[in-house]
Amino acid sequence: MATADIHITEGGHDHDHDHHGNFWTTYVFSTDHKMIAKQYLLTGIFWALIGGTLSVIFRLQLGFPDADISWLEPLLGKWITEQGKLDPEFYLALVTMHGTIMVFFVLTAGLSGTFSNFLIPLQIGARDMASGFMNMLSYWAFFLSSVVMFISLFIETGPASGGWVIYPPLSALPQAVSGSGLGMTLWLVAMALFIVSQLLGGVNYIATVINMRTHGMSFSKLPLTIWAFFLTAVIGLLSFPVLLSAALLLIFDRSFGTSFYLSDIYIGGEALPNQGGSPVLFQHLFWFLGHPEVYIVLLPALGITSEVVATNSRKPIFGYKAMVGSMLFIAILSFVVWAHHMFVSGMNPFLGSVFMLLTLIIAVPSAVKVFNYLTTLWRGNLRFTPAMLFAIGLVSFFISGGLTGIFLGNSAIDIQLHDTYFVVAHFHLVMGSASFFGMMCGIYHWFPKMFGRMMDNRLGYIHFWLTFAGVYMVFFPMHYIGIAGYPRRYYSFTNFDTLNSFSDLNMFVSIAAIITFSAQVIFIFNFFHSIWRGRKATANPWESNTLEWTTPVVPGHGNWPGEIPKVYRWPYDYSKPGSKEDFIPQHIPFSMTPESNLPHENEMIKLEKEEGVNVVVVDDRKGH
Amino acid sequence: MFKVIIAIGVVLLVIILLTLFRIGNLVNVVKGTSKEKVGSSNKINAGLLLLFMFVAFGLFFWYSIVYFDDYTLPQASAHAGSIDFAFWLTMGLTGIVFVITNVLLFVFSFKYQYKEGGRGKFYPDNTKLEILWTIVPAITLAGLVLTGLSAWSNITSKASDDAEVVEVMGYQFAWGVRYPGNKDAELGAYDYRLIDASNQFGIDLSDENSYDDFIPMEMHLPKDKEVLLKIRARDVIHSVFMPHFRVKMDAVPGMPTHFKFTPTKTTQEMRDELGDPEFDYFITCTEICGRGHFSMKLKVVVEEQEAYEAWKAEQATWLKLNEDYLEKVPAEKRELARIKAGIEDNTETEASL
Repeated sequence: MATADIHITEGGHDHDHDHHGNFWTTYVFSTDHKMIAKQYLLTGIFWALIGGTLSVIFRLQLGFPDADISWLEPLLGKWITEQGKLDPEFYLALVTMHGTIMVFFVLTAGLSGTFSNFLIPLQIGARDMASGFMNMLSYWAFFLSSVVMFISLFIETGPASGGWVIYPPLSALPQAVSGSGLGMTLWLVAMALFIVSQLLGGVNYIATVINMRTHGMSFSKLPLTIWAFFLTAVIGLLSFPVLLSAALLLIFDRSFGTSFYLSDIYIGGEALPNQGGSPVLFQHLFWFLGHPEVYIVLLPALGITSEVVATNSRKPIFGYKAMVGSMLFIAILSFVVWAHHMFVSGMNPFLGSVFMLLTLIIAVPSAVKVFNYLTTLWRGNLRFTPAMLFAIGLVSFFISGGLTGIFLGNSAIDIQLHDTYFVVAHFHLVMGSASFFGMMCGIYHWFPKMFGRMMDNRLGYIHFWLTFAGVYMVFFPMHYIGIAGYPRRYYSFTNFDTLNSFSDLNMFVSIAAIITFSAQVIFIFNFFHSIWRGRKATANPWESNTLEWTTPVVPGHGNWPGEIPKVYRWPYDYSKPGSKEDFIPQHIPFSMTPESNLPHENEMIKLEKEEGVNVVVVDDRKGH
Repeated sequence: MFKVIIAIGVVLLVIILLTLFRIGNLVNVVKGTSKEKVGSSNKINAGLLLLFMFVAFGLFFWYSIVYFDDYTLPQASAHAGSIDFAFWLTMGLTGIVFVITNVLLFVFSFKYQYKEGGRGKFYPDNTKLEILWTIVPAITLAGLVLTGLSAWSNITSKASDDAEVVEVMGYQFAWGVRYPGNKDAELGAYDYRLIDASNQFGIDLSDENSYDDFIPMEMHLPKDKEVLLKIRARDVIHSVFMPHFRVKMDAVPGMPTHFKFTPTKTTQEMRDELGDPEFDYFITCTEICGRGHFSMKLKVVVEEQEAYEAWKAEQATWLKLNEDYLEKVPAEKRELARIKAGIEDNTETEASL
């Protein structure tokens, strides 16, 4: 440890790895799952900053509608009108791109892409992904998609501006809004590439989890993180192709004169020839992905949280089987609730009844998960690492935002609340913020394994408290604004007397949003500073049980220098009565822990002997 | 000059913060706090979590109670009560869960914070407990589903035959309203290909029912009579939202939709209730539809049935206001059109003079 401290003062720079590629094969076109994970993470952070900046700009408009923002002209150019106001169409582009970027590029690619890649091989005991090359292709498809989406921000007609749900005909007709011109084309191209990336990644995650688990790692011994990533990949594989088909049909309608979504339209002084299409068809196709997408971003966050809460409570996760069962049930149900986004779209009201019933059922497994988290905390010995705090924050958001889902899933109540700020508050808490906190939780927790150094705790605490309080200050007031009937995606509310009584609350929300966003600078500093100058980590700094902590401080290519460890027990043997330490890693056989074994575990010893126990001893004091 | 000073200030602030961070690091190295498994920060964070809970709940209850009248909308339709009942029932039940679970989360975090030499309780599962908290939410939700279902099926049931029919059409960026007229009480047919600058609705003049249709500048509705809104859109999707009536339905091009409801308070009664003589009901748009999405407002007037009938009677038909469209009426129906549209036959009188 002394050496570690010296490294802070000297700022050591000894990052030579034990594999010998050149710069391009090591850092750019790498097939190593850990490097690909870092690529996803950095790209995700980049997008999060862009997405956050966009939201701050439109919050300026909403919080200070009378302010002169011509000082933003160097950044936004002609999108600032001569009166020093934000252009209303650009406002729509901002909310559209904020949604698209956050949902897909940050919380899908940045969260699931990072941690599925990083943790699946490490936690199941594999040398790498099933196909390293496909994994690399997956990242580069995502990168290309990012480039296209990024370019669309700067074109003259502006980026896509029909909302992140891109409902046609608005998204199909450039006459309707200027963002539906080239911006929308680029959006569709970028999303098509994105889906390719997701499918390449998903196939890989599933194949790896099924086929490449180390000896003894049965599905019932998998850490909950892996269960979450596995189910997420399955959901993604089944739902993303549907979005691709929806997007393809839209491309046909836009460019080749078909009428899948278009019918009876008179716009810009002319009647269009399209007849017989249905805009509602698009909504069905979109939400068939769109709803599972919610769980694609949320399940990995819940998996990460389960792991971090158990480790830092020094307790087994309560109800492991129920946790797996809930996730499985959520994954299945996520495919049969999509039309709760469409209660007032004009679809048959009978469908509304069916989808209300199915939607409210999904609250049951969610409730089970919350109760299990709470019981895990109960009588624990809690260590509040930054990761643990973010995990607790996630549980709080999951409760607060999940409960408002029960309002919106009820078709009768949804008549009033649909497309108001209540919805904005709901999904930003339960999906946006909860998943974002899951991502932060994961970064703080696995940073030592990624970069061999620790992040600074105090900065982590400041970051957490500003963000946690900030998120509640931003999104909680929106419930009131929503109950009062304020519609979403409004450039301003000054036209309405009834809808103009919350300018003070809107200002409060905007200020909170700016503070919350600024607090992320602390994280960015901490992240990059710690990569090079953080305190050196030990191999298992959190005293955790899962396999990734049995690798060297910075695992090289192939993850374990020697043999891959075998697994003998589940990953949650924390504070087991009788054991000396309060954790027993997965690779420790029962024959080595007679003092803490439960009766049925003693019987396992025989089995172990038959197979020949072979413990891989890892020196966790050794650096790399 | 001012900007330069601000820039210098920001740079200095960043330098000061960085220096503080560095000093903190060095102090930690000297004191060796970084070697401790769990430092004093654990206590601070545990305390802050509890403090956060009290402050947040305090603000939540304070704002919810004190500003109740500001964020709730009065009810102005017959079905509004059933929606609000479902809403407040859900609010009550989820409110209890919200408080209990969040309290447990923060109190457990505080109470079971790390103690030197302490250990967690090895408590991997408890089937009874898990079954209990699967079944209780399931039953509660079943109750909520039933409440919601009965309200939903009532609201979406078929409108009665004598309901007052009003057509509302969304377009970029306003609402158009069409009434079936005083002679036949049937809306005339329409075709989007007939739309032009004057014929905004695409009224089909070969249909006799269209001759007495009128298109006013604002929507008038009778009190205590069922109204059936026939909703359509001309260009992109819009959504009819009438917050006081708890009415919302998308307006979809190519797929007419509808919503039935019964207004229960006249505009005047609502003005008295709110103590706001300026108050007016309105329709606004809740589906993103382009540049002017936020400005699609249409005034709605609810009045007693007699006043409503009187207002209707004075409305000039669309055909009367656009007499040149008579040419598009098939020749054999032109006479009927004149009568139904209330157009006096000036041509013949002029000719005889």
